[in-house]
Formats: sequence, structure tokens, C-alpha cells
Amino acid sequence: MPTVNINVNGQDLSAEVEERQLLVHFLRDDMDLTGTHVGCDTSQCGACVVHLEGKAVKSCTMLAVQANGKNITTIEGIADGDNLHPVQEAFRDHHGLQCGFCTPGMIMAAIDIINRKPNLDEKIVREELEGNLCRCTGYQNIVKSILAAANK
Amino acid sequence: MLEKGIGQSVKRKEDFRFITGRGNYTDDISLPHQLYAYFLRSPIAHAKLNSVNIEEALKCDGVKAIYFGKDTQAFLPCGWETPTRNGTPPMAEPPWPLFAQDKIRFVGEIIAVVIADTVNHAKDASELIQYDYEELEAVVSPEKSLEISSELIWDNIPNNQCFDWEIGDKEMTDKAFNSAAFTASIELLNNRLVPNAMEPRSYIGSYDKGKDEYTLYTTTQLPHIIRMLVCGVLGLEEQKVRVISPDVGGGFGSKAFHYAEESIVTWASQKLNKPIKWTAERSEAFISDRHGRDHITNAEVAIDDSGNFMAMRVNTVAALGGYLSGSGPAIPTFFYGPLIPGPYKTPTFYCNVRGVFTNTVPVDAYRGAGRPEATYVTERLVEAAAEVTGINSIELRKRNFIQPDQFPYNSPGTLTYDSGDYEATLDSALKSINYDDFNKRKAESKSNGKLRGLGISCYIEACGVAPSKLTLEAGGRGGYYESSTVRINPTGSVTVFTGSHSHGQGHETVFAQIVHEKLGVAFESIDVVHGDTGRVPFGVGTVGSRSLAVGGPALMRSIDKIIEKGKKIAAHLLDSSVEEIVFKDGEFSVSESNKFVAFADVVGAAYVPGNYPIETLEPGLEETSFYDPPNLTYPAGAHICEIEIDPETGQIDIKNYCVSDDFGIVMNPMIVEGQVHGGVAQGIGQALFENCIYEENTAQLINGSFMDYTMPRADNVPHMIVETEVTPCAHGLGVKGCGEAGAIAAPPAVIHAILDALKEKGVTEFDMPATPNKVWNAINNKS
Repeated sequence: MPTVNINVNGQDLSAEVEERQLLVHFLRDDMDLTGTHVGCDTSQCGACVVHLEGKAVKSCTMLAVQANGKNITTIEGIADGDNLHPVQEAFRDHHGLQCGFCTPGMIMAAIDIINRKPNLDEKIVREELEGNLCRCTGYQNIVKSILAAANK
Repeated sequence: MLEKGIGQSVKRKEDFRFITGRGNYTDDISLPHQLYAYFLRSPIAHAKLNSVNIEEALKCDGVKAIYFGKDTQAFLPCGWETPTRNGTPPMAEPPWPLFAQDKIRFVGEIIAVVIADTVNHAKDASELIQYDYEELEAVVSPEKSLEISSELIWDNIPNNQCFDWEIGDKEMTDKAFNSAAFTASIELLNNRLVPNAMEPRSYIGSYDKGKDEYTLYTTTQLPHIIRMLVCGVLGLEEQKVRVISPDVGGGFGSKAFHYAEESIVTWASQKLNKPIKWTAERSEAFISDRHGRDHITNAEVAIDDSGNFMAMRVNTVAALGGYLSGSGPAIPTFFYGPLIPGPYKTPTFYCNVRGVFTNTVPVDAYRGAGRPEATYVTERLVEAAAEVTGINSIELRKRNFIQPDQFPYNSPGTLTYDSGDYEATLDSALKSINYDDFNKRKAESKSNGKLRGLGISCYIEACGVAPSKLTLEAGGRGGYYESSTVRINPTGSVTVFTGSHSHGQGHETVFAQIVHEKLGVAFESIDVVHGDTGRVPFGVGTVGSRSLAVGGPALMRSIDKIIEKGKKIAAHLLDSSVEEIVFKDGEFSVSESNKFVAFADVVGAAYVPGNYPIETLEPGLEETSFYDPPNLTYPAGAHICEIEIDPETGQIDIKNYCVSDDFGIVMNPMIVEGQVHGGVAQGIGQALFENCIYEENTAQLINGSFMDYTMPRADNVPHMIVETEVTPCAHGLGVKGCGEAGAIAAPPAVIHAILDALKEKGVTEFDMPATPNKVWNAINNKS
């Protein structure tokens, strides 16, 4: 089995992985980072979004071996110690989550949207969330949370 | 008013773990030495299953065992026996075996399970399982299914008909139609939906040989009921089985039934003496989670010359799928028929429902469960009545609404509505959407080449399921009470154990708000435990918008008992009589005196009972209660949807969406609004996007993945304005339940808006979902 060297949430690590293993399964099963979720099998739902070199990717859409030599950030790695990331705070403040299953992917996607788009409005946020599904919130409070975080 | 008390938009206790990735969903749990299950499912919808050969598959790497039909003949029970119409056979109740026996009845049915050291090994091996089958003609449409006489789904069930059920007064209804000034009739399809909670189902069965005890981790809404059913299926005793439903990622009804996979992993964990884990893949969920809706309906309304509804007559054929799901027969009957008269003074009605087997995934409750189907029929009838009488539909609704002074109101649907003000919610929604200026907006759209339409939907639903007597009479086989235990810990903090289950609803917050308000204990010092039969004494769980409506009063009873006992302790400590003790703001005091004792000191005395009425009162401070409600609850309200259609493309853009609901007392407005948002999005999904498509003769699910089945996304759903009007429920805590209303009210509101927009194009009928293709074809007179 090939060896991959990856930095996950600031920690360098080296691991043997099966060639066919997806990054999301490497994170969940091998690294025990279960905050990243699997909600589909067609790269549609975005529950598995993580950051690769600071940019949002669906971790079900790449192999673990493709992450060799790269920096990965997951939902577990975005808070600064006990200080939550502003997007995490905003989701809590604005009831941007219900069952919580899509939430890590939503938050990771939201951080990326805020980083990429300087002048966010509701329409842009809704379009940018094209890759993330939520079945609980009707998206309204997710959009509200992202706009609130962007305006902080 | 307490900052974190009842009625406040308190931020949720549960959120910290979810926003930091510390949620604990079933698939996040791994037990030492666990094995993995993979289910081989039938790719054929209808076939005789002649043999299964596992010989080659067993030789594969990592395979520990393969089980199939010959290994167990256990089957899933049905929780409801619908009483049938006079002169028709009793409900047919064929068994649903855990593994297909000699026949396959839908694509997705379990043929075998492979258990291996990794999921991939189990999957690889499953490809080598050989099975011999003889394919039969498959049927998708419940109407067609009723006409079939050969190659029946069940050999001994003629016409594939499970039951023929009726409610209402046929004679009176026919009479009304004979003397009506106006009648209108419609034909409707209520499209089959896939619930698609974002978390796929996942189970881990684990067996402790030393104690002969089982633990099942499961994504369920009803842990205690699942324990009972697993025990029933496997012949186990309940004290030997612990069911844990940890964080559950959405349910919407689809996780409220016992699934074969739950029993199979539990059973196999004992056979192999190892924990066994299974998690569904999404495409697998499409063919194995229960589906919702799937009705074909003919409906009529009779109206007198003053525009009063005289009667409604409804005939529905409801698909049940290849097998009977746990509450499959209840949804298109008890949860559907009684609500056909709606929030209107419809004096009489008649509804006949035939439940039919089809070669499809079994159908059961999905958000609203029967009530969205009823509201869709009633509201489409109201619009048809407006059309035929020439009375504006708002005026027509108002003329027919049950009035606030008519409660309690005995509906011809055998229900007693306890409270409501339907006109108030309609007026409030009309105001929110600025109805008076609609024509101006329509003209503006027209000048831009667009078609604008506005659609109204007024709903009533029956929630807070349910008085057990009522459900037993209607065919239910279980109790529908709820339980709670309130434990005051020795240091004064509180643990609440509730039989209700949260899979997104926020019980940990709202139940704590109630305890905080009533006992004065700090909100932060109250924890709510749910979803574990090893910790929660007993319960039913969360379906039918019942947690606060039924679980709330169960909690309140325990709180009241705590206060009652506290008063006895306080009376002893204050050297007073119990009758003189008043409990307020976290203190027990002697009325008309300055003598008081703090709650914490009473708790201290209860656990260190040195100075204590030990001869008449037990030490400790913990109370358990059960609550079986005296009536259902009846949330109601109005939704108004305003859309714009691009006639060039058939694309629909929802411009405004306004809601006014009456949920009775609101405990946490933030959470209630969130429930409405989510429900409306699912209702819009049904109206515009979602449809489970089976190929007619093969019963293959054509759009069984997120690539193919259109889920509503953020840019498909509008910003909603949500208002609430309050008429308290007459029983319990005054709450009515808010979980399902959005999904119930939204589909007719959206479809009415489309019909309104397309009126000038001569379009009078439209079935869901209104995809751009269908809209364009309707505009261009193409079917």
C-alpha cells in the first residue's frame, strides 16, 4: 500500500492507505476525524467538504493518495483553541443548523465562499451553496449565518 | 421574564458539538473488532427466487459469513391494522421477511448480507453471490395494480389490494351532491417522494456473550419502539437489548420504522460474536428507505348557491409498495381521510381509500404523512370551487372557515378541533405578502414578458399523536403516550430523561427552557438525555409533531411532582404545613411570611435526609411521568406563494413566500421558524422538483441518486416570511406542534400560484412536480 504524507489540521502525518481509498474515508476511518460526513455517493451533497491548501474540496471526490504532500483542514481544525471561527459562531447565533449533519460541510464551504467573494449578498450566497445540500433548514438561516459572518 | 425561559429564542445547547465536528452520529462510532455488513439487494422488481448460491463468495478475502433467506425466516411486523369497508375483506397482512424467501417484490429488497473485515471486502464478495430467478411482470401504478389478475404480487391477495377503507357519510354526501348549486371535480396525482434525510441510515449490532446482552446503535426516531420490535422479530426479551440512537441526522419520518437491517446486524452480531456495522450509501437509501405519498385521487366538491361547501367526495388509490411498512396502512387512512373537510364548515364528506401493493419500495410516513395529501386535495378543491362559483377564493375560504366561537368543533371527520382562528392567519399572510398590490406586480411582470401568479393554501393538520384510545380504534397496535423522568441531582443540577427523540428539533434546548422556567434552576445546569433505552426509562419517540405536544406535558407532570414533593420537604424544614408553602422563582416560602428555603436546600435535604420527614416521605428527588393526550392537536394556518414564470423556458422563480401559522403557544420562536423554513423547502421540493420515477413495466427506479433526483438547493428556495398567530391548544402545554406544517401547506400554495399564472394560457390542471419542461409544455399545449 502506498504511503502518504499529509498535513491535517496543522499536524504532519504519514500513513499507509489503500490505493482506492477516498480522502473522506481516510479522514474519518484512519484519522478518526468524524466531523467530515458522507451524505451521498455522487459528489452532490457537500457534507464532506474540507479545505485542501485553503480551498474547499469535496473529500469524497479525491483519493487519499492525491492529498499526498498537501495541507488539509477539516471542521475540527478551524477554531483557534477555544475561540470558535466566526462562521461557526454565526451558525450558532442564527440557527443555521438543525440536525447538524450537513453543518461541517456547510461551514467549510461558507469559509471558502467568504474568502473568495468580497461583496456577498443573498443571491450570491444561494448560488455559491449550489454544491451543498441541507434537508432541515430550508437554507434560510444558513444564508443568514453566512452573510452575518461575512459582515463581521 | 427569564432570558432563557419559555417563549425566548434561546440559542441551542446542542449546537456546539455540531459546529465543531464533535457530533456523534452512528457512523462515527466504531467498536473494537467490528465487522462490516454489505447487503446484496435485488436489481429486479418482481421475480420468483429459485435459489441463492454463496459458495464462491464465501471464499473471498476477509469474508466472515454470508446469510440469506434460508438462515432466518423472521419477518417485520406491521403496527397498524386498518379496518375495512363493510363487505370487503379484512386488511391483507402478508409478512415482510428480513431476507427475500421465495419471491422478490421490489428493487432494493434484501437477498443476502455479506459480513467481512472491511466494507470493500464485503462488497467485492457480494458480486460473486449467485441467485437464480424467474422474472415476473412488475407494476408501478397503484391503479394498474388493482386491475391485475395474474402474476400477482402476493398469490393469495386478489387485485393486489391490501385494504378498502372509508370514512364519512356516503349517503348524506351523495344527497348533498344531488341538490348542489355547483359542483367541481378534480383528478390529482400526489407524487412519490424519497425523504432523503442527509444522514444515511446506519446501524451497529453488538453482542455481549458474557451477559447475553445486545446493544443496537441505530439512526432511529423511536429507540424504545425499535427495541420492542427488534425483540419481537428476533425473539429476545427487552431487558437484554439496549438501543442507542445517538445524534441522528434528520428523520422526517423515514427513520421512524423498524428496518430489516436493524434486526439483521443485531442477530448476526450474536452469531459471529462481533460487533457488526452497516451504513447505507445514498443510492442504496433511495431503494431501501421507505418512500412517501404516491396517491391517485378523484375528488369533488358540492357548493350551495351562497358559496357554502355542502360536501366533499374523495376516492383515492394509495400505493403501499411491495410489502407493508410498519405504519404504511395508517398514513393514507387515519392520517389522511379525517382531515379532508379541512378548516371549513364542510357539513359532510365521504372518502374511500384503497391501499394497493405495487412493485416499489414500501411507502410510509414522510413529513406530514397523510396530511399533506389531504391538504392538497382539500385546497385544490377549494380553488376548483372558486372557479366554478366565480367567488374569489379568499372570500370563499373566509365564508366557509370554522369561526373562532365554534370551538370545540366536531368535524365530520370524527375529530374535535379544539381551537383556532383561521381567518386571522389568512389575513396575516395576505398582509405579509402585500396582497393588495399583487395586480401591480403582475402587470410589471407582464411588461417584462413574465407570467406572475399567486397561490393560497389554508391547512389544518392533526398532530400531537395521539390519544392511544383513538389510534387503537383506528387500527393502531401501540400506545402513543410519552414519558419523562426529571432527576434533580444532589448538587441541584437537573437531568431530564425524555422518551422524545431529537434529530434536529432542538429538544435539549427547549426541554431545558421549560425546566429552567418552572424550577428556576440555571439553564446551563439542565441537561436533557434522549435516544438511549439504557438511560431513558421508557418512551415512544418523535413522529407527527408530537415531542412538545405530548412529551412536553409528560415533562411538565414530572416537574409538578418535583415541586409537590419539594413543598412537603420545605414544609418540614420551615416548620409549616404543606398547604401554606408556595413555590416561586426557585424558592419555597410560607405564604404571607418571610420564611423561605431555596430550592437547592430542599434538594440537599432530600439527598442528605437528616432533617427530613423520613417516616412519611422517601428521600431523593426524582420523578417519572407518562402522558397520554386527551385529544390530538390542530395546528392551522395560511401559506401564500407568489411566482413568476418565464414562458420562454418554463422556469419558475418564487418571488415571495409568506406564512402565518397557529402553533398554539410557542416555546422557542427561533426553533419554530426554523422548522417552518425546512418544512416549506420540502413542500416546495414536492411541488417543483422531487419525484420518484419508476419505469412502468420493469419497476426500475430511474432517478435513484442525488445526480438524478432533484433535491431543493439554496438557490431554489426563497426567503420566507414567517409569522405566528396564537390560539392555545386546549390541553397539555397549549402547544400544537410545528414540525410538519411547512411540508403540508406548501405544495398546494405553489401549485395554485402556477395555475394562477398560467390561467391566461388556458391551463386548468397541473400535477406535481412542476418542472420547467412540464410548465413549458403546458404553456405550449403539449402534453
